[in-house]
Amino acid sequence: MDVRSQISILFHLDKCIGCHTCSIACKNLWTDRKGAEYMWWNNVETKPGTGFPHRWENQEDYKGGWVKEGNSIDLKGAGKFRGLKNIFHNPNLPIIDDYYEPWTYKYEDLFNAPEGNDQPVAQPISQITGKAIEIKSGPNWDDDLGGSPLYARKDPNLEKLNAQEQEDLFKVEKLVMMYLPRICNHCLNPSCVASCPSGAIYKRGEDGIVLINQEKCRGWRMCVTGCPYKKVFYNWSTGKSEKCLLCYPRIEAGEIPACMHSCVGRIRYLGVLLYDADKMKDVVHLDEDQLVEAQRDMILDPRDPKVIYEARKNGIHDSVIESAQKSPVFRFVKEWKMGLPLHPEYRTLPMLFYVPPLLPILGKMNLDVYDTSCADYFSTIDKARLPVKYLASLFTAGNEGMVREVLKKMMAVRIYRRSETVGDIQGAEMALKEAGLTRAVAEDIYTLTALATLEDRFVIPPSHREEALAMEGMELVKPGDLGFGFRDRPERM
Amino acid sequence: MFDLALFVIFPYVALVLEIAVSFYRYFSGSYKFSSLSSEFLEGRELFWGSQPWHYGILFVLVGHVVGFLFPKEVLLFNEVPVRRLILEVTALTFGLMALVGLLVLIRRRFTNDRVWAVTAKMDLFVLFLLLIQTFSGIYIAVKYRWGSSWYASALVPYLRSLFVLKPNLEYIAPMPWVVKLHIANAYCLIAVLPFTRLVHFLVLPVSYVWRSWQVVIWNWDRKKIRKV
Ligand code: SF4
Ligand code: SF4
Repeated sequence: MDVRSQISILFHLDKCIGCHTCSIACKNLWTDRKGAEYMWWNNVETKPGTGFPHRWENQEDYKGGWVKEGNSIDLKGAGKFRGLKNIFHNPNLPIIDDYYEPWTYKYEDLFNAPEGNDQPVAQPISQITGKAIEIKSGPNWDDDLGGSPLYARKDPNLEKLNAQEQEDLFKVEKLVMMYLPRICNHCLNPSCVASCPSGAIYKRGEDGIVLINQEKCRGWRMCVTGCPYKKVFYNWSTGKSEKCLLCYPRIEAGEIPACMHSCVGRIRYLGVLLYDADKMKDVVHLDEDQLVEAQRDMILDPRDPKVIYEARKNGIHDSVIESAQKSPVFRFVKEWKMGLPLHPEYRTLPMLFYVPPLLPILGKMNLDVYDTSCADYFSTIDKARLPVKYLASLFTAGNEGMVREVLKKMMAVRIYRRSETVGDIQGAEMALKEAGLTRAVAEDIYTLTALATLEDRFVIPPSHREEALAMEGMELVKPGDLGFGFRDRPERM
Repeated sequence: MFDLALFVIFPYVALVLEIAVSFYRYFSGSYKFSSLSSEFLEGRELFWGSQPWHYGILFVLVGHVVGFLFPKEVLLFNEVPVRRLILEVTALTFGLMALVGLLVLIRRRFTNDRVWAVTAKMDLFVLFLLLIQTFSGIYIAVKYRWGSSWYASALVPYLRSLFVLKPNLEYIAPMPWVVKLHIANAYCLIAVLPFTRLVHFLVLPVSYVWRSWQVVIWNWDRKKIRKV
């Protein structure tokens, strides 16, 4: 057993209101710079939709992540042979138009325009060339456009649905959408790290945060292809790649990452997970439908004395173990089995988990009343507007049973709470039993979902940087080594 | 006198500059060592420029180095006319490939607004030098036949004399002016290399081939902890 600790995240999609506050918090803090204007380390996309960058889930074009090859795995579009062969020109690299060309406005025209019959306007100008542009796309260009032919229709996940199911999503009375906030998953088997020819990207041993050493990055841009989630961004001005740092300077100071702290829907949870790194080599090449379960198996119970013993032996500090015991992510993912990784089939073992959204069921007109009542609650999961199959394509590599299980639990908790507080429905016991929950657990899920305070949602482990500083021959000492900051001016020679 | 400055003093200056500045820049923080790729801003034209350019120039460069290291073997190889012909034609093809690629790249720099936005003065200077170098190289190959042979017999001794610190100008003096240009320009390239984006050539990621897939960096010493 090789116990390691990883700072993990959980997003409760049932609560996301799609306000983009998280994206703005991140943008203001990290990517409000030349060359980074187009980057959204945190973005929120509407699903069904094409996402950011355009159709990022289409790995036939972008060739991100790992592919199974017999009893091992290989990078799909990068790597020792494929990557080096393409080093002079990478055919799978998304280019700026797959994101959007950043722009600003010529505001001074508003002040300097000569008097005339028309109102002066501020012309949009490109932030790259400084010339006037015609805006074709921008941040959140597909926001809330569920059901639209241009965006929803082109969602790569729709390919998993049959023609009838697809058509249903585009009928006016059946339109549906959900929000999917995304940041870097700080994967256990990161393909961005594996695809970097310079070895500039690394995973921090203590907490698993994945960073790009800006001093070592040589701009080969293989990581942009390597990451299937397209969460490595190429800075076109500095010639270096950048990515989400999980706000590690905040985490090290015991503060909450900006996107999470600012989350209006309070959908975000953060905490430590202990996992067994020895199991990794067996997990990564399993069949697709076993991946979620196997990844969950890697996560260890931080209260198990044997795990604690092994963790200590590996140098994990007691305070970190303690923090793991309180981790809300552990409860959602391991205890209640409600957190699912996004696109596990990319085999990077992402450590950001999602509780899928419980979407409203379809109502029908009944004597002029829009009637959504239903005798059998669980059947409504299958009647939900968004087919379970679609969610399964996002979160379980097609394993519908697993999604249904989570939705059942969420539904059971709702029924149970309704019977407790309003008392107008029967069958709470039945529902809980069907979902495999006890009253006490249902109560816990409810509390952590709906009532949790800031301290409950974010259990940040002490970083013990004092130990790091005391260590001799530290490898990472300069700004830039740590994924951010410059020692040289970021100018071209 | 002019020859002495250009072909004896200059190469040493260039080499010292190249080595000293590269080392200094690398060890004082290698931030500036980047390919500064602009593929993200323009990908299609780059393909037709970058691929032929890089593969072409790499082959030709390796050819020069092989000739420098094994002049006798090259001469021996060239004794059979067919072999010589094959060698020269291949080299010329790669040279032309590089030239075409370079021209595409230059055109791209000047015509694409986005690429122009990330073009520094040094980039243009480098392109200018490279153009002279490639063009003169091809001109020599066509005009003064069987360059692989006379390079090995007449120029390699000069280059070697530089390396053993006993510069010998005898070989250089009778050379036509294009050849002189080609050599002097090469020294120019070596001299400016550490000041330009060409430095990416010094950090080719060869170690990737034997590196393990994942890179994990610990702030504490795991081995020490495990022993305790
Ligand atoms: S999600 Fe993050 S850690 Fe995972 S491959 Fe992409 S950039 Fe790397
Ligand atoms: S701030 Fe929270 S609720 Fe708002 S979009 Fe982001 S994740 Fe969703």
